[in-house]
Amino acid sequence: MGVDNPLGENIITTSLDKLVNWSRKSSIWPMTFGLACCAIEMMATGASHNDLDRFGIIFRASPRQSDCIIIAGTVTKKMLPVIKVVYEQMPEPKWVIAMGACACSGGIFDTYSVVQGIDEALPVDVYIPGCPPRPEALLYGIMKLQDKIWNDKNSFGSAIGLGERTEQAAA
Amino acid sequence: MAENNRAVIKLKEKFASSIVDVVEFRGEVTVTVTKSDIIDILSFLKSSLSFNLLTDVTAIDYLGKKTERFMMVYQLYSIPNKDRLRIKAAVAENECSIQSATQVWQTANWLEREVYDLFGINFENHPDLRRILMTPDWVGHPLRKDYPLQGPDREPYKGRLS
Amino acid sequence: MATTEKMTLNMGPQHPSTHGVLRMVLELDGEVITKITPDIGFLHRGVEKLSEHRTYHQVLPLTDRLDYLAPMSNNLGYILAVEKLLDIEVPERAQTIRIIMAEMTRLQSHLVWLACHALDIGAMTVFIYAFREREVVMETYELISGARMTSNFFRAGGLSMDVPPEFEAKVRKFAADMPGYLDQYEGLLTTNPIWLKRTVGNGVISAEDAIDYGITGPALRGSGVDWDLRRDNPYAGYENYKFEIPVGKNCDTFDRYKVRLVEMREACKIINQALDNLKPGPVLADCPQITYPPKENVYNTIEGLIHHFKIASEGYPVPEGEVYQGVEAPKGELGFYIVSDGTSKPYRMRIRPPSFVNLQAIEKMSKGSMLADLVAVIGTLDIVLGEIDR
Repeated sequence: MGVDNPLGENIITTSLDKLVNWSRKSSIWPMTFGLACCAIEMMATGASHNDLDRFGIIFRASPRQSDCIIIAGTVTKKMLPVIKVVYEQMPEPKWVIAMGACACSGGIFDTYSVVQGIDEALPVDVYIPGCPPRPEALLYGIMKLQDKIWNDKNSFGSAIGLGERTEQAAA
Repeated sequence: MAENNRAVIKLKEKFASSIVDVVEFRGEVTVTVTKSDIIDILSFLKSSLSFNLLTDVTAIDYLGKKTERFMMVYQLYSIPNKDRLRIKAAVAENECSIQSATQVWQTANWLEREVYDLFGINFENHPDLRRILMTPDWVGHPLRKDYPLQGPDREPYKGRLS
Repeated sequence: MATTEKMTLNMGPQHPSTHGVLRMVLELDGEVITKITPDIGFLHRGVEKLSEHRTYHQVLPLTDRLDYLAPMSNNLGYILAVEKLLDIEVPERAQTIRIIMAEMTRLQSHLVWLACHALDIGAMTVFIYAFREREVVMETYELISGARMTSNFFRAGGLSMDVPPEFEAKVRKFAADMPGYLDQYEGLLTTNPIWLKRTVGNGVISAEDAIDYGITGPALRGSGVDWDLRRDNPYAGYENYKFEIPVGKNCDTFDRYKVRLVEMREACKIINQALDNLKPGPVLADCPQITYPPKENVYNTIEGLIHHFKIASEGYPVPEGEVYQGVEAPKGELGFYIVSDGTSKPYRMRIRPPSFVNLQAIEKMSKGSMLADLVAVIGTLDIVLGEIDR
């Protein structure tokens, strides 16, 4: 893989990595990017019945203050430049969750104005299928993202400026 | 039964030369008129016959099926009398324009912008005619029958739908 | 010398208070709005063009996703238009259940309206309360159709299947509890001085202007026009139920809020009347060319299998003609204009979206008011971008 890990891979650095990973996965702050029907299920997941706050998830309206973007809903060609601008404004480390069939692959809308999947433009970490996905499905997807963040390597090193963070797939 | 409809009777009295066709289907009355008198007819319906709500403005593309390609459709509703009426006006492809109904109802503003955006029919005297649903630099009018469903830049779907 | 000039502000498509992907370019003189140019189309999915390439049955799930806060009312409008074209009678049990679900959908949509409107103005508690009530409606959707939101439950000729026995008890309990919850929300908002200051006198549009701009639904009734399609052009059996139509007087945001709250109470009354009316019987009309055979026949007899296969793969042919069916959706008059050329796919399907026409009036309603009042006006118009952009 050609990874250069300047801090080495001993018990201290891996424990520090795990500490950083734990803190990142326990407080994912997504940006509110609800576009269509999946946004309503996302709101329902955040409401009191299935609570997202117990996972440490607080929805932030500004991209500068969030570390995850949940693309919930259909992405159209008119909206794509806006999504790219907003994604670029987010600081590293950042993750992308594609929620719903329309964000994963265009969904039932195989038409002239719909982008067939947000992965044409953004690097997606977790795909959550469903139309719309149940709140339990969204929670499962977020937990899979948490597993992925937990398995990151060299997160402490990259946080203090030495080397790059490498991502492993979710367990 | 369409002949007893109060709007049809008055329209036939006043605009007999403009009426092309009167149809009644499933309890709904449709009057097809020529596009040149459309504003007079719509204002007459609004002022004298109390059809005060313009419910919808849309168009149909009859590519290859009729001599005049587009048909403008105006759905009217009368709140005092609680009845509906549909007015249709044919628009040919080579003279693809019609007077704008914004002079009669403000409702027509965005509805006609949408028809312009998706069909390409021009509206004379419209205060602000530009694309509304597609991006401003979009080429083509998507709801025309010769515009491909997946768009001009993608492959059409070749699989089974059912 | 200092000069002042107007500021152009982009209230972009990504914004917490715009209820979806709506972009507005505002011209501000300080805090006062002088011009609004809404820019829509960020959710334009091409549903009308797509429906020209699908059979009438396949278009039904597309209608769910238009006004995604009130999915069954879109289904109802579309299915009534198709049944008008086909000229078939729906059995009584199916009509009663349709009305129950339509009114539960109205409650669901108004709960989201209340939640988001209050959240924008600052009352976050109402959001949590309303979504808690909404969960019961979504559980009912899931009980009868399997899906929480996009249920796709109606069919041409009735319903896709009969409701399970737990349905009646669950809905009765919900309709009995709901007025108590509405009292809770009113207790939080109606006499709250902050709410009154933010909503009284805000977003005023007179009745003549409202009709001229084509506004329909609770926004029009808040301006004093006494018109409701359920009473005036009844459809789907609404003529058998008694309910009041609330009408406002002052044409402002507070009156529209009161109108919608009373509508929610009336919806509970209609649900109770419909539940008393519910009798056993068939839920699908007896038209073999259009409706699927029962599942036991499909799985056990070859004729049932072939019948199901033919309708599922080719669709059912619909007589040539055109119809317009308007229903009183929670947002206004939702209309479906279907032109049929005799085949099993619509030739043209036009959806008349209430929020699209209502949104035109936003400049008239909020010109000259302050930026924060604009957020209240968007909330009171109750727009859904899925419906505006289709």
